[in-house]
Amino acid sequence: MSVPPASEGFAETTTFAGRLALKQRAGGIVVPIITVLFALLVSGIVVAATQHSVHTALVVFKEIYYGTGLNWFANPTTNLTNVSAYNLSQTLLQATPLILTGLAVAFAFRCGMFNIGGNGQYIVGLLMANWLGVNFAGMNSFLHILLCIAGGTLAGAAYAGIAGVLKATVGAHEVIATIMLNWIAFWTATWMLGQGGPLQVANNPIDPVSSQVSQSARLPDFWGVQGFQGLHIGIFIALAAVVVFWVLLNRTTLGYEVRAVGFNPDAAAYGGISVKKNYIRAMAISGAFAGLAGTLDMLGGAQNYRVGQLDIPFIQVGFIGIAAALLGRNTAVGTLLGALLFGALSYGTSQGLGSSSVINPTLASNLSYIIQGLIVLFIGADLLILTVWNSRKKLRPKRRTTAAPAVEASS
Amino acid sequence: MTAWSATVDNPVANRMRDARLPGIVGIALGVFAALLAIPPIEVRSITWSLVVGVIAGMLGIWTVTRGRRRLGWLAVASGILGVGLALLALQSSTTNLGYTFDASLVSQTLSFATPLVFGSIAGMFSERSGVVNIGLEGMMLLGAFWGVYGADKGGSWAIGLVLAMGVGGLAALVYAWFAIHLRADQIVGGTGINFLAIGITGYFYVQLYNNNRIPYGVSLLPNVNFLSGNGFFAQALGGLDVLTWASFALVIVAYIVLFKTPLGLRIRACGEHPRAADTVGINVYAIRYGCVVLSGVLAAIGGIYLSLGPEGQGQFGFNMTDGRGFIALAAMIFGNWRPAGAFAAALLFGFSSALALKLAGVYSAQAGTLFQILPYVLTLIAIAGVIGRPTPPAADGKPYAKQ
Repeated sequence: MSVPPASEGFAETTTFAGRLALKQRAGGIVVPIITVLFALLVSGIVVAATQHSVHTALVVFKEIYYGTGLNWFANPTTNLTNVSAYNLSQTLLQATPLILTGLAVAFAFRCGMFNIGGNGQYIVGLLMANWLGVNFAGMNSFLHILLCIAGGTLAGAAYAGIAGVLKATVGAHEVIATIMLNWIAFWTATWMLGQGGPLQVANNPIDPVSSQVSQSARLPDFWGVQGFQGLHIGIFIALAAVVVFWVLLNRTTLGYEVRAVGFNPDAAAYGGISVKKNYIRAMAISGAFAGLAGTLDMLGGAQNYRVGQLDIPFIQVGFIGIAAALLGRNTAVGTLLGALLFGALSYGTSQGLGSSSVINPTLASNLSYIIQGLIVLFIGADLLILTVWNSRKKLRPKRRTTAAPAVEASS
Repeated sequence: MTAWSATVDNPVANRMRDARLPGIVGIALGVFAALLAIPPIEVRSITWSLVVGVIAGMLGIWTVTRGRRRLGWLAVASGILGVGLALLALQSSTTNLGYTFDASLVSQTLSFATPLVFGSIAGMFSERSGVVNIGLEGMMLLGAFWGVYGADKGGSWAIGLVLAMGVGGLAALVYAWFAIHLRADQIVGGTGINFLAIGITGYFYVQLYNNNRIPYGVSLLPNVNFLSGNGFFAQALGGLDVLTWASFALVIVAYIVLFKTPLGLRIRACGEHPRAADTVGINVYAIRYGCVVLSGVLAAIGGIYLSLGPEGQGQFGFNMTDGRGFIALAAMIFGNWRPAGAFAAALLFGFSSALALKLAGVYSAQAGTLFQILPYVLTLIAIAGVIGRPTPPAADGKPYAKQ
């Protein structure tokens, strides 16, 4: 990205990451909350208008809330067959890969790149984890899981690294490269799991599904009823990844260089930082997070995978990761919260409205797409939010102003 | 350029020295090398394909040495691919070849290419004016649903087309407001539009049709039956849709508008250097708004072809574009942001889809998968600069702030 001509206003920062840092100073946590509330309001208006009833819209949101299982916190119980406890465990299960794909997007963003290829890296990690998990059966369980995680993570890193290398060497735009890699991964997976493919289940040659991950590679459940898709320990691995993300970005030289390149590549290069090296490095680390997401899904909940499975993981997990990262402003904790929100939204709509008394249950997943789309659209419009925010400041000029340097403020 | 060519400035001589024609002939020969081995010619020996392929490769290398790297390497690749495909075809029985390569392959290629042509030209107008349109996929999806809804309720495909164009234009207008006035990140905005389109079309499909199929007998896009009979051309081109023919016309019109009119010059100026365009009095915002809205309208036409065309037959399916907007984007990039290039890329990608379908039917489901990957791999190779550096508009994707 070259430097745009100098102008007044908000165009002085060169990258989107830089502008987000600006927004960080301006809005704190308030702006994402306003964004979410505004998106919920608009989607509520859509529901109210199409169902001709405001009351229906309110009931719908109440049902989504109960669907997420968040009401468990109001009435915590250790009884694992409790509905709210089960719903909460499923929400967390949905959020696990989203946390990681969100971190993937966020890490690339902090280096000034847009990794739109979370889906592809997720699929590659998933396939690698499946291959390692099906073979090497009978290994020590701990080592086997470790092997699968290492393999899946590295596969994701290598796959995203292709886009990083292309950007660093020939200047190919990473957005186009990662979109192409997404679809290449999708069709490769279709071929591998298809009839006669290398990963297809051996004992049933006409079923286009992968073999089951062997018992020794499965992540143990720690919350849930046996046989009812309990919550596996992947959520803790994802939380550990959040910590790793934060330390890597804020407490290491690597992270400093990545942020410097993200904030202004020209200035970073002038300061002696290799921009090309950091593009490749950041993209590979970004892909590692997304590959880990696929690995955990394979070793945890799914254990095998089917061609053309149109559930959320298969088609949208990388894109929802974008929404989570943007909502969390590409910070570790923010992305975590964003991913939890989108996990709750995905599961809450499908569960809460699945037996809805007021609207057609099949509207549910579509409603969650509408809400996600609105959130992403509004987040992108930082200028709108900045303008509103700044005009608010003008009304109250006594407000405390922070004068922290931009790179520091964006952490 | 040698010193001699620099001193002599003779347009006719320049054209003679330009290696463009040999490069194009090389590409055509590569295609011909593959055609030799398949019906209707079907030479059952590799010799002739090899001869033609080698000539294509030599022409390509000569073109590369004359400075046209992209074209030259394409010709070389075409020669190699042609011989490779011919070898593959020789492995197969003549009966299977006959099933695979018939007139319907041509018509299916054109049919698969039609939405890609509309999508890629749509993306081209937007990007030539300096706005990246990742939301093509979503705008196509909106066109697909509202087109079939309009055709169902309005009773005519034309009403569906108008409604689809309107909704596509409206979505593009919203996107344009975010991308141009609010200077939102264009990739983020486009991703938002894609999400929103999946949600809106799915929501209203369930809401308006109560989870049932769209009733049979929806007015479909009419065929243009100007050829009849059982000849090859009659079968290949006789049953084509009105929109397929319109897509051919669109490519020509897009070329003329973008490269031969003052308006096209203004559009390209906004995409290359908006500040300079502004300085000479061009209203950058107006041009960009116009181009993005036109992009939405054209993408929606591409979308309606999916639901009201031969593929959908008047049915809508959840997320039915299935990445076609992204293939259209790839076709535009592979065609180097030029109408003729995008058209050729769309035909190539359409051919790979049609062939994938055919191979899945004649041989096995797996045989076709390779050809499904082809568009993405080719585009990745193209942006890697292996066959010459791609040249997107210089200000593509950069918001412009008026001073």
